[in-house]
Amino acid sequence: MSAFSSLIDAIGRTPMVELQRFNPNPRVRMLAKLEGQNPTGSVKDRVARYMIDGLESEGRLSPGSIILEPSSGNTGISLAMIARIRGYNVTIVMPDNVTRERRQLLEMYGAQVIDSVGSLGSNGAIALARQMAADEPRYVMPDQYANPMNALAHYETTAPEIIADCPEVDVFVAGLGTGGTLMGVGRRLREHNPSVRIVAAEPMPGEQVQGLRSLDEGFVPEILDATALDGRFLVTTEESIEAMRRLTATEAIFAGVSSGGVLAVASRLAEQMETGTVVALLADGGWKYLSEDLWRRDPTDDELEALNLW
Amino acid sequence: MTSVRVPPVLRVHVDGQKEVAASGGTVGEILNDLVARHPGLGEQLLKADGSLHRFVNVYLNGQDVRYLAVLDTPVTDSDALIILPAMAGGA
Repeated sequence: MSAFSSLIDAIGRTPMVELQRFNPNPRVRMLAKLEGQNPTGSVKDRVARYMIDGLESEGRLSPGSIILEPSSGNTGISLAMIARIRGYNVTIVMPDNVTRERRQLLEMYGAQVIDSVGSLGSNGAIALARQMAADEPRYVMPDQYANPMNALAHYETTAPEIIADCPEVDVFVAGLGTGGTLMGVGRRLREHNPSVRIVAAEPMPGEQVQGLRSLDEGFVPEILDATALDGRFLVTTEESIEAMRRLTATEAIFAGVSSGGVLAVASRLAEQMETGTVVALLADGGWKYLSEDLWRRDPTDDELEALNLW
Repeated sequence: MTSVRVPPVLRVHVDGQKEVAASGGTVGEILNDLVARHPGLGEQLLKADGSLHRFVNVYLNGQDVRYLAVLDTPVTDSDALIILPAMAGGA
């Protein structure tokens, strides 16, 4: 391997690690793809690179352009890292109830952060960013929830890596945010093995982050084709934190809260299987959650209802 | 009776309760019983043709019923149903 020309070229090629001690069923193999090993510590580096490359090839970005994106953190941080290298400005619309590390990292990479109302969850950030983009033509919005490059990044990079490291994959589990990972990886894995099962883990939203005024404010990401999934499981924040801690305790893997949720679902599935191989995609490392001290301290009920940890 | 968890956005239709009980042998029967008890939920949960509203997700013991038998999914009294609005995930 030769030197990379920039950090952008160091995105991807993340390790796949077998979870021999975490796995609840010895007849089943369980593996984890550690996306926290990407340059900014999350799977979103792949997505941000594809979306910025896409905007550049469409001629929509020029030096000094302002990239505007709604993000609960990871995608924003990835966009900001790449924009630093490529010479763009970045403005991220982020719910005001996410962990402080996300704001620190965004500011470190030179991004401007605009708060959206935390009680509206990611819906609030998306609505505010889309309104800002409509009002101000200087903004260029990648729009990860609607941009096909999001899923394409996983179809062209994440999935081939999974197939190379674990061609026998029977079940693939990932978190549901934009749906990009599940759509892109799922499509590629199905081409490889039509009987593979693609399963989504989604967080049970806290009571205080469901501030919709009516169901009409509901949101289904444009890139998510629900028929391309084989199952969709809800996980509570408590279950996610428990699995995240157990992963650190048994495998010494330091991953984020959504990774715990994904592994809680992967464990439920593995327990019901006679044989086979489960691959779980762990979207980020634990670094951005340290300020909440989740490995040592149980969050209070109020925190569980109000915090945005995915 | 099966317990059904109601999301904050729909509680105005169930006298502010977080959890309500409804009876039925399938998800569809339970939702229809809920609507009979709390008519305000009617057009919120189900479309005119009787199918699930696009922005409503129903989970049986944590599993989205759209990937089970949807409204025909069997339910027992010991099961738990959760209704949630479709919302964007973190990203």
